[in-house]
Amino acid sequence: MQNLPDFILIAVILLNFFLLGTSRLGACVQAVALQGALLSLLPPILSGPSVHALSLAGGAFCLKGIVIPALLLRAIRKLDINREIEPRLGYIPTLLLVALTTAGAFVFGDRLPLLAAHLNSLVIPASLSTLAAGFLTLITRRKAITQVLGYLIFENGIFVFGMLLAEAMPLMVEAGVLLDMLVAIFVMGIVMNHINREFSSSIDTDHLNLLRE
Amino acid sequence: MLLETIILLPAAAAVLAGLVPWPRLRPLLVPAAALTHLGLVCRALAAAGPLAPAESMLGIDSLGGLTLLVVSLLYAVISLYALGYFRCHPDWDNRIFTACLLLFLSAMSLATLARHLGLLWVAVETTTLVSAPLIYYNRNKFSIEATWKYLLLCSVGIALAMLGILFIAYAGLLGHGEANIQLDHLLASARFFSVPWLRAGFVFLLVGFGTKMGLAPLHTWKPDAYGEAPGLVGGLLAGGLTSVAFLAILRAMQIMTAAGEQAIARQCLLALGVTSLLFAALFVIRQRDIKRMLAYSSVEHMGILAIGVAVGGLATYGAMFHMFNNALTKGALFLSAGNIHRHYGSKRQCEILGSLSVLPVSAGVFLAGFLAIAGSPPFAVFLSEFSILRGIFAAGHPLLSGGFILLLAVIFIGMAGTVLPVTLGPTYNETGTPGGHRETLLTAGAPLLLLLVVLAMGFYLPTPLHTLFSQAASLLEVTPS
Amino acid sequence: MLSHLLPHLILLLLLSPLLTGIITRTKAVIAGRRGAPLLQLYFDLAKLFRKGMVVSSTTTWVFRAGPVAGLVVPVLASLFIPFGGIRAPFSFNGDLVLFVYLFALARFFTVLAALDTGSSFEGMGAAREATFACLAEPTVFVIFIVLARVSGSLTLDAMLSSLQSHIGHPAAGVPLLLAAVCLFVVVLAENCRIPFDDPNTHLELTMIHEVMVLDHSGPDLALILYGAAMKFFVMGALLVSFFLPPQPTDIVTETTAFVGAMLLLAVAVGLVESAMARLRLIRVPQLLVGTSLLSCFALVLLLR
Repeated sequence: MQNLPDFILIAVILLNFFLLGTSRLGACVQAVALQGALLSLLPPILSGPSVHALSLAGGAFCLKGIVIPALLLRAIRKLDINREIEPRLGYIPTLLLVALTTAGAFVFGDRLPLLAAHLNSLVIPASLSTLAAGFLTLITRRKAITQVLGYLIFENGIFVFGMLLAEAMPLMVEAGVLLDMLVAIFVMGIVMNHINREFSSSIDTDHLNLLRE
Repeated sequence: MLLETIILLPAAAAVLAGLVPWPRLRPLLVPAAALTHLGLVCRALAAAGPLAPAESMLGIDSLGGLTLLVVSLLYAVISLYALGYFRCHPDWDNRIFTACLLLFLSAMSLATLARHLGLLWVAVETTTLVSAPLIYYNRNKFSIEATWKYLLLCSVGIALAMLGILFIAYAGLLGHGEANIQLDHLLASARFFSVPWLRAGFVFLLVGFGTKMGLAPLHTWKPDAYGEAPGLVGGLLAGGLTSVAFLAILRAMQIMTAAGEQAIARQCLLALGVTSLLFAALFVIRQRDIKRMLAYSSVEHMGILAIGVAVGGLATYGAMFHMFNNALTKGALFLSAGNIHRHYGSKRQCEILGSLSVLPVSAGVFLAGFLAIAGSPPFAVFLSEFSILRGIFAAGHPLLSGGFILLLAVIFIGMAGTVLPVTLGPTYNETGTPGGHRETLLTAGAPLLLLLVVLAMGFYLPTPLHTLFSQAASLLEVTPS
Repeated sequence: MLSHLLPHLILLLLLSPLLTGIITRTKAVIAGRRGAPLLQLYFDLAKLFRKGMVVSSTTTWVFRAGPVAGLVVPVLASLFIPFGGIRAPFSFNGDLVLFVYLFALARFFTVLAALDTGSSFEGMGAAREATFACLAEPTVFVIFIVLARVSGSLTLDAMLSSLQSHIGHPAAGVPLLLAAVCLFVVVLAENCRIPFDDPNTHLELTMIHEVMVLDHSGPDLALILYGAAMKFFVMGALLVSFFLPPQPTDIVTETTAFVGAMLLLAVAVGLVESAMARLRLIRVPQLLVGTSLLSCFALVLLLR
């Protein structure tokens, strides 16, 4: 528990609580950025400073910590998005759900068959908890931009799990994954822009209900 | 080198399309690239033996080759249609559309040729990203909603698939001491893998790529996206992209088979397949929008493919054959539906009644395509569905086969309730014929060509194709040792 | 243990009004003012005790009981916790439950006294006070469970005096830090500090605690102010014991360290008050629930 990765992972879990509990959109984006930046420090710490780990860390730091949050903050400014998060489900119920899923992640994480080296690590609980937080953001938040944030949190959860498997992905594939994520956010930003235009300056996904049976 | 060319050629054409300043010449790049692509694919398939050494990132096996052939063939015909389509809208900006269309082919080719699960994932995610602008081509409220749902649902689904890939890698690390997710490597060592992680990984892969493929209950983006996309994009999504996603699921099946976990994988796939048939039957009845109806028909056929592979034996062969038939027939249906939509400016049943008298070829293809996709005899779809049904009987599931026939009948009746009035019904003439885009050689000829291929395959199946289907099916059946 | 009683009480009774002065002074300095003298609360108390008292004719003895309970309870509660080197005068297994419920008792009387006036504003304040206290109480209990688990003891005295040796320990450090953060939030909430309540506000509609004591005057008001200062001191002592130096030395050094830490805590509270604005009332329950969940998370981390 005294070593650095565990502190980072605990900070990541605490950020999940903050993300689902805060009512300010800007703070939410910054928290996702911080989460991404913290996570990008993990590869060199966990698997030693190899070229692979360092370039992965650098790429992840730039994308998750700087470029994508900057894009989102710019979108908030340009599209004049209301600074309040508009939840479908109140803050307290969502916070309770995060707490439940996090507790579940810890209980479940202890029951999984793991390598001896990973037995007491926080990686699995942190990953599951972050995945759940991402899902909750996707489900319980109304704005298009918060759904993008949910997707990002979800990706962060997957990134945490990837820490168990340092060598599974060749560097080229890792780069492809990160690039895909960047393009995804970029395309989502463009679509948000168009939603904003079509529905007279509102990117509330509740307007997106024209197509139904 | 050939495989790299197959992937890079459309990508290079896409870059070129982005640079070419003449909007009237730019569309010519699509058929040029598509036809060359088809030629290269045929050469690659004709070359005997594996084209790439084992343990490489790219390679062609019969499963990937079959999917690649389906994609390339469908794309080549649709690219001809695209020429005619761009002539109908000469004043629309086609730079992004053309570039994305070409990148789409490149990404799908990469997905079929990838021998590494990570690379496969990257390719499939790329197909999502480059097809989003294609769906939004009509630029209205409806298409933006469809695009957003498609983008978000598929991205999250694909993210789940990534989790599944990581789980499988961890299964390898735990059971085998090595987290290599190169496909040959996985197949060789899968029997040592940790079973719980492998199963969890399979479920996540199934849910993730199942979202992309449109298996119920993960299909909710499908009617919206297919309904709002232009006809040729609908055809590419329903025929090409679903096959690619299906291939990704089949890769997961291969791994499960190699690990001796085939039974549980088949059960999962069977459950999703039956659910898809049920959902399709429920929603296709009284469906008054022809493109949404086609989307539910696509859900149905994804269900049939899943059931075919889940039952195994002869049904697997039927599923391979069916993947081919479904792709081409869906292409014909979407292209002709697009023609009808463009002519009337509507895709609601009540506004496009009796189209056969106005658009004889398109409406004729639409009607015949409906008969084909519903599994009527002279068409090849009948043969493939019949093989699957025989497979189900042979595997001893009388209840399943009964339900299968019943649901197919319900869907047939449901679709007939929409298709027959649209094509044969009394002409609806109160508002006249708005829009007035007539059919041209290219826009009407392309769907006709696709349908003729399906018809011809119903009478005569070329031996190389038969071998390809059998080999692909055998990859899913035999445990490589 | 009774030998500790006298120094314990002296420390509490003499030092507690000073903390309030330090908080006010910190805020003044940050805001660029000179501020009230550090000993202002002592002067206020002396003045108020000398004054007469106006009591509404509609009230009963309950109205007078509120301030008394508000003064007695912190004194009683303080007897169960150690002040640095000075061990708790009384301790028994499970005294932590008594500790929590003593404060609940004081709140009960304050609320009753507020309701006794029949004023709608005071009723409103009472309702808010009761609600927020309900939300803060689980946090305190969970923190105590964490402490009990870490120290393996059920008496406040043993729990708090052994804390310093555990906080550096690998498995317990992070949960204890989280518990300390939660406790800090609870201290702010229970003592009506910003961001929960503004002790200086003059708008009844936004007040929580202060609105309940509007009708008190003279010696009664002095009792309330003194009681509030001592409550802050007692809860602060709880928090400070997380951070005292681990090596046991002589009693004088430890007590000096304790007093210094208390003064630092007052400065920290002053800094928080300068840096933050009061939360909207609707956000207060959210933050308190979040804090309880955080403390539960600390417990989960500890138990795995």
